[in-house]
Amino acid sequence: MIENALPDDPTPKPVRTTPLDDWHRRLGARMVAFAGYAMPVQYDFTGDLAARCRGGIVAEHLHCRAQAALFDVSHMGQAMLSGTNVAAALERLVPGDIIGLKPDRQRYSLLTNEAGGILDDLMIAHLGNDRFFIVVNASRKEDDFTHLAAGLPAGVTLAPLEDRALLALQGPAAISVLARLAPQVAALPFMGVAAIDIAGVACLVSRSGYTGEDGCEISLPADRAEALADALLAQPEVAPAGLGARDSLRLEAGLCLYGNDIDELTSPVEAGLTWVIGRRRREAWDFPGAAVIRDQLDNTFPRLRVGIRPEGRAPARALTDIVAGDGTAAGVVTSGGFSPTLNAPIAMGYVRRDLATPGTPVFVVVRGKPLPATVAALPFVPHRYVR
Amino acid sequence: MPTKRSDQRYTKEHEWVTLDGDIVTVGITDHAQDQLGDVVFVELPELGRDVIAGEACAVVESVKAASDIYAPLTGKVVETNSEITDDPSLVNSDAEGEGWFFRLEIDDTAAFEALLDADAYNEYLETLD
Repeated sequence: MIENALPDDPTPKPVRTTPLDDWHRRLGARMVAFAGYAMPVQYDFTGDLAARCRGGIVAEHLHCRAQAALFDVSHMGQAMLSGTNVAAALERLVPGDIIGLKPDRQRYSLLTNEAGGILDDLMIAHLGNDRFFIVVNASRKEDDFTHLAAGLPAGVTLAPLEDRALLALQGPAAISVLARLAPQVAALPFMGVAAIDIAGVACLVSRSGYTGEDGCEISLPADRAEALADALLAQPEVAPAGLGARDSLRLEAGLCLYGNDIDELTSPVEAGLTWVIGRRRREAWDFPGAAVIRDQLDNTFPRLRVGIRPEGRAPARALTDIVAGDGTAAGVVTSGGFSPTLNAPIAMGYVRRDLATPGTPVFVVVRGKPLPATVAALPFVPHRYVR
Repeated sequence: MPTKRSDQRYTKEHEWVTLDGDIVTVGITDHAQDQLGDVVFVELPELGRDVIAGEACAVVESVKAASDIYAPLTGKVVETNSEITDDPSLVNSDAEGEGWFFRLEIDDTAAFEALLDADAYNEYLETLD
């Protein structure tokens, strides 16, 4: 009965490890294959750490909402783009305003294709001096880097940063914990980026994350990852959290998971990510897929990403059919699970436009049975970013 | 590993079964709840339902995944544990006690004896590591 107990992953077996692989195993991690990496899905903590957080997806999730959770996201792709007019070059591949992105600031963006679909979502940070640091999804990084390299003009170089780790410290105590080790962190605005030494390690820190909480993502040399992770774990508010909690946190925060909620067959408009398109870009319409996206905005599009609140306790998982009150097909769940914060099932999915208003009653078909549910506004749990 | 009761039987689907007269009580093993993680939802069979050994008749869902529970023996559902539908975390905290799932009235008590005993189940678990 437990063959489905671990997250679905099409990758047959882990082929790569992060710089914290031994560290995770020492702390009692249950490792799973994800995007070709051995990754911690949850932990069985012992000793002092168990008194802080007993471990398991729910406890790790709630620890992040209450204090500070440390995630290893070193599987994600990091790269540096540099060269003359690099911002303009990037704008040929994404719909965001990159030329207008000030130094020391980061922006969420999308790689789009000519059909208006989404090749990946990514973070783009302007480091000044014609240098941009990007973070892309682990499952997409090889394809992304190929796509970027092919789309960049001569004079702009893409350098994948294979020798760097990426940690995320997330939660209401995350900034005070980091400021204890490096006071400059407290001065970072939301989506601000700075080179900061933390516990003697040269880091690139951005005030951002994937949980809806305040916090930072920290890029650092792979060979210093254990040193920084230990320095953070020495702070009493911090407990590690695995991919399981990362997924339930981002779902509560209404954030998309590439491959589930967005992919090459979903457009930014349908995904509710129109805000990613820069104002200036909506005048020039000169990014991949602009014609399709413009037509959707000017005329119509068939479906929209929404939140779903099933009644009762049964989760509606990804690929669950959604039907309207009159029995007609309404759409499909793309991410679904159980919210530890709300103690109730939550889901995201795409529904017909006429059903996309929050409060609309629908049904989710779980194990062949239509269960009542309601279209809900996103996020399910309010963001607590610094403003 | 908790001590296994000598009068308790097990399946390779990680269910435990005890016999009292012609009534068996069925739940998931401590190993199973540990592998599943935090249980958030349980669906139990209807009272009076006739089930055949190996038939999926209940569902347990953790934060990450859904799993079927199979009838370990052929019989009729005579009782279900509403405590675990109200508080699914009981399955984690006391899988082989208060976290029981359902009771079946069975015809063939010899089939119960043929299930795995504690030693055989423990040996089976070792093959999974």
